[in-house]
Amino acid sequence: MTALLSLAGLTRRFGGLTAVNALGFDIGEGEVVGLLGPNGSGKTTALNMISGALKPSGGQIVLRGEPIGGLSAHRIARKGVARTFQLVRVLPSLTVLENVLAGLAFRGEPLWGEVAQGEADVLLRKVGLEGRAGEAAEQLTYIDQKRVELARALAARPALLLLDEWLAGLNPTELRTGIDLIAHLRDTGTTILLVEHVMEAVRALCGRCIVMNAGTKIADGETSAVLREPDVVRAYLGTAHA
Amino acid sequence: MKTALGFAVAAIVFAVLALAPFYLDAYGIGLMIGMTGYVTLASAWGLFSGRTGYVSLATVAFFGMGAYTVAVLNETLPYPVILLVAGAIGLLVAAVVGFSTLRLAGVYFVIFTFGLAELIRQLVTWFETTVTGTLGRYIFLPIGPEHIYWQLLVLCAATLLITWWVGRSRLGLALRVISDDEVVASHIGIDIARTKLALFAVSAVIITLVGAIQAPRWTYVEPAIVFNPTVSFLTLIMALLGGASRLWGPALGAIPLFLLFEWLSANFPNHYSILLGLLFIVIVFLLPRGVAGFAEDLMRRRPGGTPAPAKPAPTPLRSEGGEARP
Ligand SMILES: Nc1ncnc2c1ncn2[C@@H]1O[C@H](COP(=O)(O)OP(=O)(O)O)[C@@H](O)[C@H]1O
Ligand SMILES: [Mg+2]
Repeated sequence: MTALLSLAGLTRRFGGLTAVNALGFDIGEGEVVGLLGPNGSGKTTALNMISGALKPSGGQIVLRGEPIGGLSAHRIARKGVARTFQLVRVLPSLTVLENVLAGLAFRGEPLWGEVAQGEADVLLRKVGLEGRAGEAAEQLTYIDQKRVELARALAARPALLLLDEWLAGLNPTELRTGIDLIAHLRDTGTTILLVEHVMEAVRALCGRCIVMNAGTKIADGETSAVLREPDVVRAYLGTAHA
Repeated sequence: MKTALGFAVAAIVFAVLALAPFYLDAYGIGLMIGMTGYVTLASAWGLFSGRTGYVSLATVAFFGMGAYTVAVLNETLPYPVILLVAGAIGLLVAAVVGFSTLRLAGVYFVIFTFGLAELIRQLVTWFETTVTGTLGRYIFLPIGPEHIYWQLLVLCAATLLITWWVGRSRLGLALRVISDDEVVASHIGIDIARTKLALFAVSAVIITLVGAIQAPRWTYVEPAIVFNPTVSFLTLIMALLGGASRLWGPALGAIPLFLLFEWLSANFPNHYSILLGLLFIVIVFLLPRGVAGFAEDLMRRRPGGTPAPAKPAPTPLRSEGGEARP
């Protein structure tokens, strides 16, 4: 089986700091993989390199057999990599509907006009925003902004979806809803790399986990086994986060 | 329905304007030419700068190139071909300049575009004095003022039509996404550099054509006349006054300001520049969002108008982790 995404020796330095150090792993088609690690361990930097927001200092990123490391973000997006952001980023001056239309209009196979409207309706229903199309995105509550962001990412019909702490900051009820939503995506075959601190979500969603500490991968395997590994426990106990 | 009505009204307005030469004297037609020229310049400026936030002072660079192309070619090529050549030159220069400068941020772009206009003026001057040996050129084209006016009117209508079309196209959505958040824009597949370049090129071609169409009016042309930086500043002030990002905004600013400048330069020829500067300051101070934006605010405040959207409270549930922003 060839991997959907394959990282090898992926490295990013900021001045003297090596934020991601020789990171390597494969993700198969349809897998939902958790990427864990204490704050500052390099998870977002890794996502930024995969999505093209940052250029790698070294190493390879291969998507479906094609090297994409160092390409500009819009090229990578058009190849089917979609993402959400750790600090939610809706397009504030656009409506909910326009946010999703923007996700459809510039993907690899762009969708525009009436077809796009229909597709946007489907996506809004999928994330629980039916009937909210005309609302201004910047006036939505936090969870609804997260829904918009997810719908916009799904609009790309992504081969690979990168979620950066998409569940952070939700209250328990919202968290349940959020987990169910991602579970639904998993069950319909979306490949997801999920950066997450909420252990409940990781256990519920990810069959496999990768753990980073100080830029380096320290564990990779079946979720419950990984979470019991002494190195992982130590990495987490050593920081404020748990 | 609203669109159809808007088109009908615009068509009537332009039809009435097209009749102007039949009931105006020579001075009146001259005034209409100047006004239509500035409405077109300001609208074309707004098409790029109002939608990307890049403040360009290159207006006169393109305007002057258009005029100069006509001056150089007026005895060798048929007039319509000259206009095509002028448009092509504008496009080429815009592509080169845009490609190399749209990566510059904010104030660097402003300075660059101002420098570009000066550079082109100096280059033309140098070329004329050292290579051809004559600084000025004469334009003898059998084109009456009313024909210049009609051509400008068509260009003006085309500019507004293009602006309207951009507003509803994918390109327009791309521009709104870019002005909201460039990081999101690139991550949903928008080629930011190409989008800005496309708009810069369209705007520059229109501006070049304004210069080319107006050129036959001057009869005598030299670099200091056609590359006068005041054109860039006036265009900018007009578009800002009216509201550079709206369809009709630049026109709303250009008409009153053009008339005011005409009056000022006729009555206070010596203090004209000072008054211009003062006016610029007052406009930016009083109407930061332009007349169109100001009118919208007024409508919102009126009981019958659409209510102004309340500013949302900052979202309370932000995660604490710092995000690496590219
Ligand atoms: N753009 C940047 N410039 C400089 N340092 C950065 C940048 N982005 C991240 N870092 C640093 O890289 C390290 C990893 O950060 P990050 O990838 O955001 O960690 P995580 O997402 O795992 O919390 C941190 O020390 C952070 O300060
Ligand atoms: Mg992070």
